[in-house]
Amino acid sequence: MTDAPQVKHHGSDMFEGYPVDTADTAGDQAVTNYTINFGPQHPAAHGVLRMVMELDGEIIERVDPHVGLLHRGTEKLIEYKTYLQALPYFDRLDYCSPLGMEHSYVLAIEKLLDLEVPERAQYLRTLFAELTRICNHMLNIGSHVMDVGAMTPNLWVFELREDCLNFFERASGARMHSAYFRPGGVHQDVPERLLYDIGEWCEKRLPKLFGDAMSLVIDNRIFKQRNVDIATVSKEDALAWGFSGPMIRGSGIAWDLRKSQPYDAYAKMEFDIPVGTRGDCYDRFMVRVQEVYQSARIILQCLRDMPTGPIASLDRKVVPPKRGEMKQSMESLIHHFKLYTEGFHVPAGEVYVATESPKGEFGVYLVSDGTNKPYRCKIRPTAFSHLQAMDMMSKGHMLADTTAIIGAIDVVFGECDR
Amino acid sequence: MAHSAPLVAPLPSLAAALEKLLGSDLLAHDFAADEDSITVAREAVAGVMVALRDSLEYQQLMEIAGVDYPDRAERFEVVYHLLSVTKNHRLRVRVSTDEATPVPSIVPVWPVAGWLEREVFDMYGVLFAGNPDLRRILTDYGFQGHPQRKDFPLTGYIELRYSEEDKRVVYEPVKLAQDFRNFDFLSPWEGADYVLPGDEKAGGTGEAPGKGAPTPMTSKEVKAADDKAKASPPPTPKTTEKPADTGAGNKANKEAAKPSKDGAKAKADGESKTAATKKAEKAAPKAKAPAKPRAQRKPKTGGDA
Repeated sequence: MTDAPQVKHHGSDMFEGYPVDTADTAGDQAVTNYTINFGPQHPAAHGVLRMVMELDGEIIERVDPHVGLLHRGTEKLIEYKTYLQALPYFDRLDYCSPLGMEHSYVLAIEKLLDLEVPERAQYLRTLFAELTRICNHMLNIGSHVMDVGAMTPNLWVFELREDCLNFFERASGARMHSAYFRPGGVHQDVPERLLYDIGEWCEKRLPKLFGDAMSLVIDNRIFKQRNVDIATVSKEDALAWGFSGPMIRGSGIAWDLRKSQPYDAYAKMEFDIPVGTRGDCYDRFMVRVQEVYQSARIILQCLRDMPTGPIASLDRKVVPPKRGEMKQSMESLIHHFKLYTEGFHVPAGEVYVATESPKGEFGVYLVSDGTNKPYRCKIRPTAFSHLQAMDMMSKGHMLADTTAIIGAIDVVFGECDR
Repeated sequence: MAHSAPLVAPLPSLAAALEKLLGSDLLAHDFAADEDSITVAREAVAGVMVALRDSLEYQQLMEIAGVDYPDRAERFEVVYHLLSVTKNHRLRVRVSTDEATPVPSIVPVWPVAGWLEREVFDMYGVLFAGNPDLRRILTDYGFQGHPQRKDFPLTGYIELRYSEEDKRVVYEPVKLAQDFRNFDFLSPWEGADYVLPGDEKAGGTGEAPGKGAPTPMTSKEVKAADDKAKASPPPTPKTTEKPADTGAGNKANKEAAKPSKDGAKAKADGESKTAATKKAEKAAPKAKAPAKPRAQRKPKTGGDA
């Protein structure tokens, strides 16, 4: 019996000791390695991701992600718009965290102009950037757990996401594409009641509902089996592959631009940077969970310390006057007209400004030639680098792990494809 | 420094360290807007990156951006953004190239460069020697051209739509119902490099186009012009003391100069009419006065029968 020749099976000796029919069949010859197409329309692909996967049985040998199916030429369009007209394109990049995208862009313009932003505007931007982080993580955490099989937490955290969107609507008038951050500050002041409601929400509703939802997941055996030790990334790999945000922190590097290169009011905030220990999908997930609590902490500090005062720079050569003022003063009318037709001119130069968006380092490389339109606006998306490492991360894992890996990357194609 | 963009502490020792490390490969180093940028020789870029990573602790490559300057001899600039997480510093490395000359790939230094170089290739057509997988990445399968080049039109050349007849997506040349409106906001006084409509013949100032406003006169020239004006006495001012000075000729016809009888009569009529009107107004002062307003109607009381 032991003399029977054994089948060669890749990486497995499960047939050892059993007699196996070694005669070739048509199926055996063809099935050693095969290629499948994952997406572009797959609910776990988080958008339009197409992945050509080479599989050996269910083991992934090679992944070739095809991106660009949502490419809209945003960078080209921005070159043909004035600085202010280009701002709403940033909402549409990462449509899950629109204000995080705007933040880098307005800071880049302000850096070129060397424009001072009033303190209240800095606090408001910090507050809404953190609210965006919560909003983004609610979507990602919810869809990640749903990708690996849990339904309920997603429905609960979407309640919270809905609350965030309502706050955005009350501040800017739009739920998602708010265009609220403007060069020089924010578009309009927030009602007092909104700040009160945000504070109450952060203290009561968020910890309770989010804690409930996470209690179903964090120690869940199935969830851990699907995520622990999946796609482990070492510190060296994380640096070499250009990781940032929760991805690099999940690998154990405490790198957060809010701390290391503070912008707006972050220098005055007190918060912790959660880091992972093993660098797997579970760590990335847990980093995001902890970040939600830290964001709530920052929001409460913003509410506590926010001063009164102007919400945008009073430099009328950059920030247009309010409508009421425009109807009273001739000079305001001129400024209003000039800024909404021609826009402001930005001195020639180039800057690279990166902020800690919910997904990682979101950078804007802005080249100005001194006119009212950007000469070049290169957007550095987070997902582009992370998705490139998909091949490295998923090699040797099972096909079903792909959804967990993509979920832990937190990829949004509006931003990846631009 | 008033802005609130991310704060990065400047590294004063960087310039000397770069000089020492890169030697002749370092073509330029500038510090503007609180950011360090260096320009390096194209052929040496791979070695420079290894040196920057291993000796100066720039562990991460965050971004590779292409920029197109069509006026330059080497029109493309490839801009690498490096980040040091230990020194908390960013460095921008520039390399210039043209359509035909490849830039050495830095995939062996940082694997993340693979897609970033692919993107620059896709958008600008810059070639990277040694990139193992230099395919298009963001544009459509089978796309032609490099859309981020400045000479590529915003609308592109090809559009696609779903054809109901063919039951599939078809590609067609772009048809625009309305031209793209690109407004020109350059002021002709500050750097517009074209001649305004109607000014074609006036362009004899001898200045190169694109210079913008004519150079104001120097104080010397102003003084010279002043002196010249003072030296020569002003010409006799023009006066119109005699009818001949007015420039009007003789009267063509004596008869035509006389006031017409109709005109005189009409004038008299007008006067008499005015008197008559006055009389009439005296007789009936309130003839045109509005009628006495009607008494307010009383609101109906319910069930008045």
